[in-house]
Amino acid sequence: MIGADIQILMPEVVLSVYAMVALLGAVYTTKDGAASLLTWMTAGLFVLVAIAIGMNGQGTHIAFGGMFVDDGFARFAKITILISAAAVLLISEGYMLRRGLLRFEYPVLITLAVVGMMVMVSAGDLMALYMGLELQSLAMYVIASLRRDSAKSTEAGLKYFVLGALSSGLLLYGASLTYGFAGTTLFTGIIAAAEGGASLGLLFGMAFLIAGFAFKVSAAPFHMWTPDVYEGAPTPITAFMATAPKVAAIALFARVVHDAFGGIIGDWQQIVAFLALVSMFLGAIAAIGQGNIKRLMAYSSISHMGFALMGLAAGTVGGVQAMLVYMVIYVTMNIGTFALILSMEKDGRPVTDIAALKSHAKRQPLMALVMLVMMFSLAGVPPMLGFFGKYAVLLAAYEGGLAWLAVSGVIASVISAFYYLRIVYYMYFGEDTQALDGRVPPMLWVTAVVTAGIVGLAWIPGVNLFGLDPIAAAAAATLVN
Amino acid sequence: MGNILTLTTFLPVLGAVILALGLRGDDAAAQRNAKWVALVTTIVTFICSLFILTNFDPANTDFQMVETADWIMGLQYKMGVDGISILFVMLTTFLMPLVIASCWNVTTRVKEYMIAFLILETLMLGVFLALDLVLFYLFFEAGLIPMFLIIGIWGGKDRIYASFKFFLYTFLGSVLMLVAMVSMFSQAGTTDIPTLMGFAFGTEDFSILGVQIVGGMQTLLWLAFFASFAVKMPMWPVHTWLPDAHVQAPTAGSVVLAAILLKMGGYGFLRFSLPMFPVGSEVMAPLVLWLSAIAIVYTSLVALVQADMKKLIAYSSVAHMGFVTMGIFTFNQQGLDGAIFQMISHGFISGALFLCVGVIYDRMHTREIDAYGGLVNRMPAYALVFLFFTMANVGLPGTSGFVGEFLTLVGVFQVNTWVALVATSGVIFSAGYALWLYRRVVLGDLIKESLRSITDMTRRERLIFAPLVVMTLLLGVYPALVLDMIGPSVAALIDNYDAALAAFDAASQVAAN
Repeated sequence: MIGADIQILMPEVVLSVYAMVALLGAVYTTKDGAASLLTWMTAGLFVLVAIAIGMNGQGTHIAFGGMFVDDGFARFAKITILISAAAVLLISEGYMLRRGLLRFEYPVLITLAVVGMMVMVSAGDLMALYMGLELQSLAMYVIASLRRDSAKSTEAGLKYFVLGALSSGLLLYGASLTYGFAGTTLFTGIIAAAEGGASLGLLFGMAFLIAGFAFKVSAAPFHMWTPDVYEGAPTPITAFMATAPKVAAIALFARVVHDAFGGIIGDWQQIVAFLALVSMFLGAIAAIGQGNIKRLMAYSSISHMGFALMGLAAGTVGGVQAMLVYMVIYVTMNIGTFALILSMEKDGRPVTDIAALKSHAKRQPLMALVMLVMMFSLAGVPPMLGFFGKYAVLLAAYEGGLAWLAVSGVIASVISAFYYLRIVYYMYFGEDTQALDGRVPPMLWVTAVVTAGIVGLAWIPGVNLFGLDPIAAAAAATLVN
Repeated sequence: MGNILTLTTFLPVLGAVILALGLRGDDAAAQRNAKWVALVTTIVTFICSLFILTNFDPANTDFQMVETADWIMGLQYKMGVDGISILFVMLTTFLMPLVIASCWNVTTRVKEYMIAFLILETLMLGVFLALDLVLFYLFFEAGLIPMFLIIGIWGGKDRIYASFKFFLYTFLGSVLMLVAMVSMFSQAGTTDIPTLMGFAFGTEDFSILGVQIVGGMQTLLWLAFFASFAVKMPMWPVHTWLPDAHVQAPTAGSVVLAAILLKMGGYGFLRFSLPMFPVGSEVMAPLVLWLSAIAIVYTSLVALVQADMKKLIAYSSVAHMGFVTMGIFTFNQQGLDGAIFQMISHGFISGALFLCVGVIYDRMHTREIDAYGGLVNRMPAYALVFLFFTMANVGLPGTSGFVGEFLTLVGVFQVNTWVALVATSGVIFSAGYALWLYRRVVLGDLIKESLRSITDMTRRERLIFAPLVVMTLLLGVYPALVLDMIGPSVAALIDNYDAALAAFDAASQVAAN
């Protein structure tokens, strides 16, 4: 019995064992000397595990009496998480190395965070959910303050920790209320308890749970930590925080509202729709005044989370499908954009000032073009992929009866187009300031060009987004029933 | 020849890719090569489009040469051409070689400039040929990117303000159309344009926030599309981006903007608003007619006081587009024929006028009307060409400008005499501002010291104007060339429109009884 359960948990087990072995191995041997190798190995392992999950995954398996669920939805999210984490490791290695930040703990902590995320998206029980979430969060707190001698990085880690703890508290409070009124922590039990209308206590529990998730996906009005942490953390860490944890958090969000509260969609729909609305507008408006590209990307991610939540708010299979499609596209765009941000430096020091991009197109035409593709994609201008993500969530929201949300969303996207355009304007029309070095490390170059190629061209008939759409549909269908 | 439409549409991109990958360096030779590659690409595209024209059967009112392929998210890649779109395609492919030839003197970032125009051509052709809602939207919106860059990089002094205004204005209009498209997909279950033309969207009145919506769903959808096309046309009072964009854009950018991009709005009305939302169109027609009439008079008056030549012609474009919207919303054969004719003719005339400004701007680097005067003494050939297109812009019989204005006025007279009266006065105003401009720039004594050494048009410039003069005259004396081509399709459109309205009226009669 336990053997069969472990079998289902195999990817997580492999990664956990790997993390522990790598940690011990590095501690007892070369310490930071093997950090580069370890980073590459970890990225490779992520890709292998992702392939294994993709190849072997069939059907729905339940382990440990419903605590852990391995279904199409979880596999979709896990593969996205693993691939994006691997991509972030690849683009961060050179940057960390050059700044003396590449410690052997870095890949190990990333691995532990990824294991936490994989448990999160597979959770079938509030306890498993919390365990995964905390494993992910604790690893992230440490990574955020990896630059120990920098006040900003330490501040970022501390802020992240305090606010993260607060959100965990909210979440736990919600979980205990839910347990109290449903009599069980299993999602299958909660959905049965909520059948035919939830009690007031259960609703309170749900609201607190959602508030906790909103913190983790950095949806407004629970977004306050995002800009500061994004700015303070070393840029590769920011890139990581903007991608994999967001996928995990929103997948967990979707799992809980559909698996545990799928019977009372009307009750959570209004909360999620509100979160989506506020996030889209806050992200769009607050980013206008930002002069630091990492803060700008923080607000941009808040706005994008609003769009993803719009898909979730629809409360339908189509909505979850749109959300998944949106998240994959969002992650792709962010990896490409952060590869470019990582390459921004002057005299060996990282630059995050947007004005430094002025007339970048003259010195680095290709990189500027990549950035242009990313910016228009983030703004949702066709034919870039960002548009198809927006289209999918708009359609889902409209079909879910949220036409007002769809209209608000497109208006927010026009507002946010302004600051994406501003970056293009700096790169192409700005006067020459020589604020950046021209050199782009090869790994960043490759990542940027490949992601830009995907973002700019994957819509072409025949490529058809590499079949992302039907896969996401199948994944969504296993979650919503 | 099974995929001639796709081939024609994407040929310019092929040229752009060749330029991007194959051409290195930025010396004079590389710049010349870039221009030649672009010119040859656009000419080959034009030749391809001639195959479309010869294979096209005007009597057949269905979509022809249709191509389909599977696409994402339940959408289709579908291209096709009918009597309404064929001439816009031809206009685009005809003008692009001239546009490329007109930027022969550009020396900054030539390769990128050519790439931007080639990509823009593909996107414009795609707009006119797409037969899937989202595919249409894709081309329609993507066109903003190259145009944003063309204005922003190669534009004048205030180019940044103008490019942002251009982008955000049109983007805001279009996203509302996107929501409407989503809604149409959700109701009809398809984004196939020919299917949607036969789909009856709901017309039951309902109220939103206490406001009664006559015509129900159709009116709402119509309004969302209107938001996009009215900005694109542009119609008064959402035209304010156009003068800024025109003034700041480089000459070639202005030509494309005035001659082709503005036509997307009119094409949108013909392709979507009328056939898909007949009831919505009927309900809102008085509004459009009056907005058009106001636009014609108001922008003509504004044009009178402009000190900048490009701004003057930009306002004149808004006035002429007023005739187009007016003609479209008369829903009769003369009005619609006239609207399409006016768009085609305006493509030649306004393009030529912006080129005329470009000719002297290249020499003097100013567009101030006051900086000129008496050019006829030094530039007789230029004076003649400018006079010809000024007259065409005024609507002199014998030029294509007359036919379009006359037909739309005939159309609107049958529908609303008052609108016709107001609009006709615009014809007089247009004579006022156009002739006055000509008088101030070309006629009189040559007293400005700076103009003493100005030279007449070069052979390249004459060659660019020659086809435009020929087309303007040809369409002016033999309009049947255009009208025979579009007539059957327009007649079919009106038949379907009337049938849909009759069904709606019958239904409301039943409801009333």
